[in-house]
Amino acid sequence: MKIAFTTSGTDLAAPMDPRFGRAAHFLIFDTETNDFVLIDNPNTAAAQGAGIKAAGTVFKAGAAILISGECGPKAFGALKQAGVRIYSAKSMSVSGALEAFRAGTLPEATAA
Amino acid sequence: MKIAVASGKGGTGKTTLAVNLALAANGAAQLLDCDVEAPNVHLFLKGRIQRERVVTIPIPEIDAARCNGCDECNEFCRYNAIASFGAVPVIMAELCHGCGGCMRVCRRKAIREIPKRIGVVETLQCGAITLVHGRLDVGVSLTPPLIQAVKQEARGDLVIMDAPPGTSCPVIATLRGADFVVLVTEPTPFGLNDLTLAMETVRELGLPFGAVINRAAGNDDLVRPYLEKERISLLAEIPDDRRIAQSYAKGTRLIDAMPDYKPLFAGLLRTICEAAA
Repeated sequence: MKIAFTTSGTDLAAPMDPRFGRAAHFLIFDTETNDFVLIDNPNTAAAQGAGIKAAGTVFKAGAAILISGECGPKAFGALKQAGVRIYSAKSMSVSGALEAFRAGTLPEATAA
Repeated sequence: MKIAVASGKGGTGKTTLAVNLALAANGAAQLLDCDVEAPNVHLFLKGRIQRERVVTIPIPEIDAARCNGCDECNEFCRYNAIASFGAVPVIMAELCHGCGGCMRVCRRKAIREIPKRIGVVETLQCGAITLVHGRLDVGVSLTPPLIQAVKQEARGDLVIMDAPPGTSCPVIATLRGADFVVLVTEPTPFGLNDLTLAMETVRELGLPFGAVINRAAGNDDLVRPYLEKERISLLAEIPDDRRIAQSYAKGTRLIDAMPDYKPLFAGLLRTICEAAA
């Protein structure tokens, strides 16, 4: 299974980026290989619709789970449509968020 | 003659100037309130609505039977109004600018356009002055098509356009096609800063312009010296007069409440017409 994280850095030790659509990078972690790929977000400064584009990026990367800070109503709707489940993690590193997710302590977002 | 009244900063007196210029014309004039997000000219020029026109933009609708999910429409859309998850794309109508690009790039001809209402244009008759304003629907953020619809109503020899504040798309949509732009400012650091931004915009558009200083006091060491340095013509100064604020707060028209100001606006209108000729 693949999990998408929003991060301001480039590796697992980097802090989570609390924004979804305007996050600096998407880190796609593969739980089967314990490896990850980093995707740059070209829409950090988009005038509008960054969240929708980000939902497309996460979907195309094959992620079934998104772990981010906040996502807005349009992105939430788009992710729901794409069948991606959303969990909320702030003020921690990507690896910290991954551990918390595995421990089942991250809250699932059910509405934007 | 189309005169646009603009400013960088909000609250400098665009509407006051536009309304009183129209009144100073002493005859038929048309006033276009192009601030479709917050039209306010009708607070000073009251009249009955003669005509109402609904304005729409074309937004795409996808025929799922024809769409093969190629995603080209999504990749083309610079407004991020199309979301795609492998299957038939989803249209985010509130982000669509109605450019029609998605329909053009669709090789399967699976996209057609349907109208989406964004607001109304109303025409009011207020004595000799015809007022046209746009009212953007609640929740809509796309103003330029509605501003263009207001401008399509332009008729007659003297058309005065009251622009929204700022220097972004709605202002550009208002200013295009104007014969002359009046930039209203005030002698404060904010007024000066936003005047310089507005000036850059108007210069970029290649339109003739001049400045009016509102709430002018004798001790202006900011805007006046700047205008002299930049060789911008100072068309008029409206004094910092408490009575003007009082008449505005009551919703009365300045030159009706204080006829002593009529020569100032009549003179300004003459100056503008001469400068634009």
